[in-house]
Amino acid sequence: MSVTSLEFQAHSAESAPEQAIEGRSQWQLTWRRLLHDKIAIASILVILVMVILAITAPLFASLTGHAPDQAFTNTGTTSTGAPVGPGTHGFLLGTDYIGRDLFIRILYGARVSLFVGIVTTAIATLAGVSIGLIAGYFGGWVDTVLARFIDTVLAFPYIVLALALAAIFTPSLTIVIGVISFFSWAGISRIVRGQTLSLKEKEYIEAARSLGAGPWRIMFIDILPNLLGPVLVLATLYIPIAVIFEATLSFLGIGIPEPTPSWGSILAEAQNYYTVAWWYVVFPSVALLVTTLAFNLLGDGIRDAMDPRTERIFAAGSQRRRRRRPGVAAVPAVAGGPAPEFPDPPRQPMPPTP
Amino acid sequence: MGLARFLVRRILTGIVVLWIVATGTFLLFFTRPVEVVARELAGRSATPQVISEVIRNLGLNLPLRVQYLHFLDNTAHLNLGFSYYSQVPVKTILAQDLPITASVVVGGVVLWLIVGLSVGVVSATRARSLFDRVATVGVLAGLSMPIFVLGELLIIGVFLPLNEHGITWIQTGYAGLSTGLIPWMGHMILPWITLATVQAAVYTRLSRGSLLDTMGEDYIRTARAKGLSERRVILRHGLRAALTPVVSQLGIDIGALLGGVIVVEQVFSLPGLGFDSVQAIDTGNLPVIIGFVLLASAFVVIANIIVDMAYALLDPRVRIA
Repeated sequence: MSVTSLEFQAHSAESAPEQAIEGRSQWQLTWRRLLHDKIAIASILVILVMVILAITAPLFASLTGHAPDQAFTNTGTTSTGAPVGPGTHGFLLGTDYIGRDLFIRILYGARVSLFVGIVTTAIATLAGVSIGLIAGYFGGWVDTVLARFIDTVLAFPYIVLALALAAIFTPSLTIVIGVISFFSWAGISRIVRGQTLSLKEKEYIEAARSLGAGPWRIMFIDILPNLLGPVLVLATLYIPIAVIFEATLSFLGIGIPEPTPSWGSILAEAQNYYTVAWWYVVFPSVALLVTTLAFNLLGDGIRDAMDPRTERIFAAGSQRRRRRRPGVAAVPAVAGGPAPEFPDPPRQPMPPTP
Repeated sequence: MGLARFLVRRILTGIVVLWIVATGTFLLFFTRPVEVVARELAGRSATPQVISEVIRNLGLNLPLRVQYLHFLDNTAHLNLGFSYYSQVPVKTILAQDLPITASVVVGGVVLWLIVGLSVGVVSATRARSLFDRVATVGVLAGLSMPIFVLGELLIIGVFLPLNEHGITWIQTGYAGLSTGLIPWMGHMILPWITLATVQAAVYTRLSRGSLLDTMGEDYIRTARAKGLSERRVILRHGLRAALTPVVSQLGIDIGALLGGVIVVEQVFSLPGLGFDSVQAIDTGNLPVIIGFVLLASAFVVIANIIVDMAYALLDPRVRIA
């Protein structure tokens, strides 16, 4: 580039003072980066479609005239009593073992899965953030007790507790949400605690304290906003975990009780029919996989968008790759996994336990 | 000396944890109305006479404190009661199921660690290569895949077609090691793959990130400067330090592993601990459930002690004390 052209550029920049430089907040930057991430956008679209399908499930039920737990013994099963395949007798995705419309049941299953996923994640995030903040900020014996508790919950075999609870109480939506929330907050707490420990030593916290701010104000007004990024990433990555959790409980028969359809319970029923009805297994599996994959990809996308240091395997990869010299491939600052502030959800390495 | 003290301390803490679990189990199951517990313990078709007999035999009419001491005493002596339906001691049922569950767990864990770590190491040493990208996609798919979905898809996609074409090595159900190593592996291979795939995803991600971090350390540069081969640098210097978060993750995942085993046994009809405990819940077989909960907790406690020891062996900075 010649000197004259640079001068020309400089000149043209000066002559356009009305183009004021707009300050962009961290969130705006993140949002812009996310919008350039094709995979993340696709994930958002998939999730939106799922949510809309779940909300409009009753509409589809009335359009087709098939209620979710209505068994069509004549048209919905073959003469031998087996499920009918996709497209037969107006059953878009076939029927299940007693002739119920699989398509409608999967739509209603989406309601359960998404509801459980989002509600439990909301509860777990609220509890996890509060407990993590309290443990990290107050320190001392409060921290010791809470940190021990967090470790215990993280290491507890959750299915065992779910089994024990199912043995005592009749399985219900409330118990499912309770169990999943109980085992989800701890991972969030651990990260929030770690972040709080380092944030509370910062100068601006000291300034707030010297201005007379109390501990609660400091925790929730001064520290919390700085944690929202990692918490948002974690929450997004917890939704698919909760969805899988619910499906697993329902699959084992200790989740959402019949006749409410859940993807897990549909797949449990399908177990006895996989030799005669592939659709019975494949379609609910696909619904489940697409949903969890979309949330996982979105979570990864948000994490990448928030942390410019992380390597973006999928999005805008070619552009960044070209600029990178091959020699620096192994240097972690460029190529490393997620930065420590953005770890994987419930799978954080434990601190050394002496 | 240090090791002995460490072991004693960990075992004592482990006993405390087990005591807490047993107490929790007792509170959950036995502090409900006496008739409800007695009816559950006596089975579905029990007459009122049988129920009152159960109440007397088990001392359900005694004060809670006395009952609690009885329960602890019985549990400490591994006296876990009898299954309602078969009248077989719960201890015997658990002992019968254990080899099946152990077959699933051991093979699954070995496969998952081998696959998870090797893919992670190769991905890290060739960051952003085609292999790394494919592995990353695979990891996301694995993270998004519920165990039972993978199991059922394997049955439809592998087991059924193979058996239709006369290849009958791969089977569902269980065959003991006494039927021979090859048939045993044929029955176990799909459960192992199922259990390993979902878990290996996490370990691939973890070991990749951890190794990438480690490879940027000064002592790795020193090792390279000494003229060591890249292979030796990675395996002897890099991997050892990179393994510590992986091992500690293993401690966290033991709980998840139990859940996975229950599901895998359900999908492949393996009559192990998980299968029987789910059945026990369906039939309301309370003693079996209590036995399973206690055994599972003991397993988690013991496994965590082992993991902590491995941790200390790998990382010289962690002193056993």
